Amino acid sequence: MLANKDRIFTNVYGFQSWHIDAAIKRGDWDNTKDLMAIGQDAIIDKIKASGLRGRGGAGFPTGMKWSFMPKEPKPDRPNFLVINADESEPGSCKDREIIRHDPQKLIEGALIAGFAMRARAAYIYIRGEFIREAENLFTAVAEAYEKGFLGKNAAGSGYDFDVFVHRGAGAYICGEETAMLESLEGKKGQPRLKPPFPAGAGLYGCPTTVNNVESIAVVPTILRRGPEWFASFGAENNKGTKLFQISGHVNKPCVVEEAMSIPFRELIEKHAGGIRGGWDNLLAVIPGGSSVPLVPAEQIMDCPMDFDGLKALGSGLGTAAVIVMDKSTDIVRAISRISYFYRHESCGQCTPCREGTGWMWRVMERMRTGDAEISEIDTLYQVTKQVEGHSICALGDAAAWPIQGLIRHFRPEMERRIKDNRGGGLEPMMEAAE
Amino acid sequence: MAEAPQIPDEAETRARWGGFAWTTENAVKAKEIIGRYPAGRQASASLPLLDLAQRQVGAETKTQGWLPVPVIEFVARELDMPYMRVFEVVTFYTMFNLVPVGRYHVQVCGTTPCMLRGSDDVLAACKNHGLAKGKTTPDGLFTLTEVECLGACTNAPMVQINDDNYEDLDYDSMTAILEALARGETPKPGPQIDRQTSAPEGGPTTLKEMVSENHDYRGEWA
Repeated sequence: MLANKDRIFTNVYGFQSWHIDAAIKRGDWDNTKDLMAIGQDAIIDKIKASGLRGRGGAGFPTGMKWSFMPKEPKPDRPNFLVINADESEPGSCKDREIIRHDPQKLIEGALIAGFAMRARAAYIYIRGEFIREAENLFTAVAEAYEKGFLGKNAAGSGYDFDVFVHRGAGAYICGEETAMLESLEGKKGQPRLKPPFPAGAGLYGCPTTVNNVESIAVVPTILRRGPEWFASFGAENNKGTKLFQISGHVNKPCVVEEAMSIPFRELIEKHAGGIRGGWDNLLAVIPGGSSVPLVPAEQIMDCPMDFDGLKALGSGLGTAAVIVMDKSTDIVRAISRISYFYRHESCGQCTPCREGTGWMWRVMERMRTGDAEISEIDTLYQVTKQVEGHSICALGDAAAWPIQGLIRHFRPEMERRIKDNRGGGLEPMMEAAE
Repeated sequence: MAEAPQIPDEAETRARWGGFAWTTENAVKAKEIIGRYPAGRQASASLPLLDLAQRQVGAETKTQGWLPVPVIEFVARELDMPYMRVFEVVTFYTMFNLVPVGRYHVQVCGTTPCMLRGSDDVLAACKNHGLAKGKTTPDGLFTLTEVECLGACTNAPMVQINDDNYEDLDYDSMTAILEALARGETPKPGPQIDRQTSAPEGGPTTLKEMVSENHDYRGEWA
């Protein structure tokens, strides 16, 4: 188990004050100037060396992302850092804990990361429903300004840097980076075509990097303790510590910071009080938030919880939002509810997603009650394959994958419902020829 | 579409809201908000200003607030934007109410993590208290909406009522919250069971030093 001294978010549960003075006593803003004095490229190299991969789901190496930004921004086209706090993926609730209980880690990280990528300012885009969390964040930013950690000559570094908080208004799609930029510009959050990528033309047409809250908030600690320290946790290519969010049918759901690559069984036993009804009662797990395919019990029990370990099972780490389902779960309903979510959140821009998410949900509802033909399972699978990869952003993929995972692992259950619904598995009555 | 909001009669809303303008306090706030964005990029302020306007309408009507057409027009004028650009934003984001809502907007999360932990019971508690999805109770007290994931999944099931979250609910605690609100009380937000935020029930498995003191772990760094 990760030692307490190696945990980055020590106030994750909010037992202590989130205000700046308490945060400073815990070690935030300790000589930030010196961390920045090593230079912009040296910071990027250290983040690369730490093996930090983006914590927002895709797992792209953070240091490499920063290195795509122009090294000498033009005065009329400044670089921007946008921090993605639009945490809306069903299962995810880690950024919320960082923002409401340890906001200074995020703000200090914003300064250092913004400095490294030569940004003029950072916008923190927080989801609209995080009302109390946004109140804390506004106050925390104001406190950092009062202490001289932000603004002109931020933290005495000689670098001018501003941090602004921007509240969303309720749209899952704004968590997609280009939709977030559209929303920040005051428009509907509909994703942009890429290229151009945000590092070339992002917010207001200026070079922009979009990073997840957790990716930014771990940066100051990585620099303080050295990239080797961060890289000492987790398997090769899956380094560091990670906030896991365990929800669903465990005895004690919780958010907890652990080393990457911790086996699933250990994670659940140590922190979540075990599976409700014991390990024999485990049915399936959605290991990375609603967009990744589910994994059946026997496959996940001893799987390392990291990007590559879960990819090998045909799923993904995503945001490390672990949704546990025991044998009492109506598995078809659980996935159908996710289909409803994507139908609700599709932005309506691309036809395969706009029409496909609604169609898939309606068929999933019939699968739930068994009011379908067995051949429709194949049709459904085929349609998910037609939605996947045919939309501007990944929402279409995210809507398709959970259904594909269900069909892959629980097809017998779906067939059983259809047969039961017909009463004793009779063949359907032949329709009269037309 | 059946789900499309029934926008109230225009003549009536125009008579009531045609003269909408910021309160002195909100005028200051609006100026500060516009100042967060580069010059010429004031459109960025559309989301925060619409939220501010909805809250002002809420304060004037003693509800969570909504956005009548003349108020949206006011925000468009403030930002020097075409009305349609602002209206499409209002329709895109779920937190903007296009129709009046009650004093308390009860938003029950029904997405899978909450569903697994019993959001059906929470909805049943609302129903048995006279609330119906998409409707406001006749006394104007409660509007019920089933919403998508609100990002408190380890504290499922949960509900957001106006600005506060109520978490770790069951049928009885949800009923108690609705009854308390109906009596004019403010129930304690956050987890409704004995639990510190998102720590495991019964106490944290990690960082136990933090429970009693603002512990600095740096001394233990090797």
